[in-house]
Amino acid sequence: MNAKQEFKIVGTRPIRPDGLDKVTGRARYGADLNMQGQIYGHILRSPHAHANIKSIDCSNALAMEGVLAVMTGEDLAEPGNIVLGSGEGAIALKDLIPMVMSQGKVLFHAQAVAAVAATTAALAAEAAAAIEIVYEVLPAVTDMHEALADGAPILHSDRFPDGKPKEPTNLAAEITMQVGEPDAAFERADVIVERTYSVPMCHQGYIEPHACVVRVDAAKRVDLWCCTQGHFTVRQYTAAVTGISLGNIRVTPSEIGGGFGGKTTVYLEPIAVILAQKSGRPVKIVMDRGDVFRTTGPAPGATTRVKLGATKDGRLIAADVECLMDSGAYNGNPAGIPAFMATACYKLTDARSSGRSVYTNKPKIHAYRAPSMPQVTLAFELVINEVAAELKIDPLEFRLNNAVEEGDVNMMGAPYKRIGLRECLEAARSHPHYQSSVADGAGRGIAAGYWINAGMQSSATLNVSPDGSVSLLTGSPDIGGSRASMAIMGAEVLGIPLETIYPQVVATDAVGHCDVTGGSRTTLATGQAVIQAADELVAELCRRVALEWDVPEDEVMWSDGAAHHGEKSLSFKDLASRASAMGGPLTVSSSLNSTSASPGFGVHICDAEVDKETGRTTITRYTVVQDAGKAIHPTYVEGQMQGGAAQGIGWALNEEYVYNDQGVLENAGFLDYRIPVASDLPFIDTVIVEVPNPLHPYGVKGVGEVPIVPPMPAVAQAVFDSGNIRVMDLPLNPAKVAAAIIEAP
Amino acid sequence: MAVQEFVAPKSLPEAQGIFANDGSASWLAGGTDLLVGMRLGMRDPSRIIDLKQIPELMALEVSDDSILIGAAASAYDILHNSEIGSLCPGLADALDLIGSTQIQGRCSAGGNLCNASPAADSIPALIANGAVCRILGSSGERLLPVEDFLVGPGKNALKADELLVQLVLPKPMLGTSDAYLRLTPRTEMDIAVAGTGVSITLDTAGVCTAARVAIGAVAPTALLVEAAGQALVGSKLEDEAIDSAVTAVRAAASPISDKRGSAQYRTHVVGVLVKRAIQRAQARINAGAKA
Repeated sequence: MNAKQEFKIVGTRPIRPDGLDKVTGRARYGADLNMQGQIYGHILRSPHAHANIKSIDCSNALAMEGVLAVMTGEDLAEPGNIVLGSGEGAIALKDLIPMVMSQGKVLFHAQAVAAVAATTAALAAEAAAAIEIVYEVLPAVTDMHEALADGAPILHSDRFPDGKPKEPTNLAAEITMQVGEPDAAFERADVIVERTYSVPMCHQGYIEPHACVVRVDAAKRVDLWCCTQGHFTVRQYTAAVTGISLGNIRVTPSEIGGGFGGKTTVYLEPIAVILAQKSGRPVKIVMDRGDVFRTTGPAPGATTRVKLGATKDGRLIAADVECLMDSGAYNGNPAGIPAFMATACYKLTDARSSGRSVYTNKPKIHAYRAPSMPQVTLAFELVINEVAAELKIDPLEFRLNNAVEEGDVNMMGAPYKRIGLRECLEAARSHPHYQSSVADGAGRGIAAGYWINAGMQSSATLNVSPDGSVSLLTGSPDIGGSRASMAIMGAEVLGIPLETIYPQVVATDAVGHCDVTGGSRTTLATGQAVIQAADELVAELCRRVALEWDVPEDEVMWSDGAAHHGEKSLSFKDLASRASAMGGPLTVSSSLNSTSASPGFGVHICDAEVDKETGRTTITRYTVVQDAGKAIHPTYVEGQMQGGAAQGIGWALNEEYVYNDQGVLENAGFLDYRIPVASDLPFIDTVIVEVPNPLHPYGVKGVGEVPIVPPMPAVAQAVFDSGNIRVMDLPLNPAKVAAAIIEAP
Repeated sequence: MAVQEFVAPKSLPEAQGIFANDGSASWLAGGTDLLVGMRLGMRDPSRIIDLKQIPELMALEVSDDSILIGAAASAYDILHNSEIGSLCPGLADALDLIGSTQIQGRCSAGGNLCNASPAADSIPALIANGAVCRILGSSGERLLPVEDFLVGPGKNALKADELLVQLVLPKPMLGTSDAYLRLTPRTEMDIAVAGTGVSITLDTAGVCTAARVAIGAVAPTALLVEAAGQALVGSKLEDEAIDSAVTAVRAAASPISDKRGSAQYRTHVVGVLVKRAIQRAQARINAGAKA
């Protein structure tokens, strides 16, 4: 297949359909929905980071006037060895349920242990406090290196990375990939650089806390509203966690205030379902900011050792990568990414890469925008820069010398199709930013980044009204502009005005299955379903016209929103108004399991100034270059590129989870968990490179995740370049940078 | 317990009468600390007494020899008062670092002081300017320098029946200016890792005749470091004098290590800030002399 090249609406920048409601405060987010007769859930959380629960006595709470239900982990399903298949990967029920509520054992501070529903939120909180729990407190370990040391408290005595019982450790998983003979290749290298860098655990930092409302009807059918990146996944997980059958649950997504991967699972929803079932009343639960930080899945901290070897002629010939990742209390499967993808930007025929993950007394990690990739890329790209410096080759030239292109094979074994890394590097090289000289006292860093991108299952429905307007329904929550993109692609195929298409994200029973909005897949895969549905609608319209005019179907042509045969034509609007006389309602649904995903690549350029006395870093100029395949709505693509860069800069400079020795998160709020504010960032310039994805009808590649991959090394390199300041343990906060300046040779 | 009553007395005696009858009442100046504290479950007043209707607490007056700031006057009104802004630009800078414009419309210098956070931005600037607290109690009025008003983190010297009414600053003499600087990892929406307020007076020859140096976020309370001021007096603010002042503040600092910074870093950086604040105040005086 070859991607379409000529477009009328694709590539333009219309006003987003969801914008007006958002800026006027009308949009309804998770906590905005209220129901008649609604009561409020409150979750009791563990004061300990590691403990056995000896007993839970809810009788005092239940006896209080106005308390209508209580629940504990015993009300949830038995996890057994059940594994749920889902969009971005499988999850074992034993790793999912305890993130909703513990069952007998507490493995991180503030883990849910019981819940109450009462007529007011204050009463529910008071009742939760009256629940009596006896804990056997155990020593906790929150540092992953300490967790692997002898004598560390063991979180799971019944889990073994290879499945074979032996002396239990906190090692959750281990995976090593190898191509060629890296050890022999290092012997041929003229330059070898080996470094170890660490990144702290951090949070996605979405602004909207988790929230849901649940109603159970007389026939025991569950109606659930929540903010989520994937309501079909919420339905699947809620069914598995509560034991209620899938068909008895309907989930409707609200508008969403950020997710970044963090809202692809359930926390509150199964609790609200059980409380609603028990009380017979609608139950609402809204998580507060502190609990978002303390109890939802952050991104893993990581320590990555990278050793690279190159020859004098500027060829990268050997790599050895070892990445240790913090999984938190349960298995969040972070270790595969470094093993499979660490080397993905470069032609390397002799390389080894391993990932290991460790259990610690912290919340189980969860997806955050290109999960695990920024952490390993930090070390890899900084070592790439160091190798280039030793070889006295410009770091962009060195990357161009070694960049993967069509036909190259990475650790996953399949050859790349048409990818755009080389084009991104060339665009970065010719950009005015890279051509400019670095200001006195400032430094410059560049870094490249890769993300695999996903396809997965998507569905779309087009319902045509008699007035010619079209309802475009999908099940992909819109976290990055997908409604605008879906409408654009539908309008492109149908040839009708964009504003006659009303794109909506609808409930689990109102459209075919859609996997989560994640993996940078929605514009690609759900867009493909929309294109497919619109193509089918055009075919149906042409069939109807052929019948009406009594001409062969294949002689009816569709263009500019009308069917044509010779001199005759019938517009979309006419066909819509006459639908009842020409075959009945016009409605088309289309579903697919997309295998069209193509990996994304980006190159970032960062200038930074460091106050050499205080250690405070200011990012003075930043440019993001990225291959989008084809930008359906370029403003949204630029927004993704800028947003990813902003988050990556935050992670580089100040974001980190700070735990005390009791395993309590000390900075569970935006005051001390420092995501960047607007004034912390320069204008982030963007360059969209378009190397069309040959597997997609419009050439689309996912764009949402790649832009968070290069910022950490780009920023760290700029700080280094500003005055030989080498910080091996991020974030590059003022104290660490000041210490590095004082210690610098 | 929930708040049972909200009252807004119109005079000092009325406010005192209400407060005396209810030990669990809380004053509300701007509420930007009180409401957050209530939301976090750290404060639980049964009754809230709004102070913004009391003329003395809302006063902003500059006379021949003093500047009078009502304890409930908003930061916005103070820092946009043209006389105060030009006489004490460092104090205005400090108040302008607190919150957003909306927050500044509510919060007050008096409230910032009574809240007694070690990291409060306006307190080192008030101390540097020699501010004195006017306190009214059931037995009458007393005066207390700001540096003595602070007792510990979150603790002030007010007795149960007392109310901070006003802050009185001596009007800066000719050749005087001030500066407030703080270090935060972010540009805004952040809390000082270290802060310093400095006020200096230079004679026409550029010789320092008076200096007050205060530091914040590096001890249980904001501190006046008299030795740092003394190190500057008599000098022309040469590097040597400034280095002595820096050494004095680092010696006076006794910070803790916490999520906002290590003790070592705070001690280091407060010295850097003091040096820069002295230079900024000096530049302001020189700019004023030229103008």
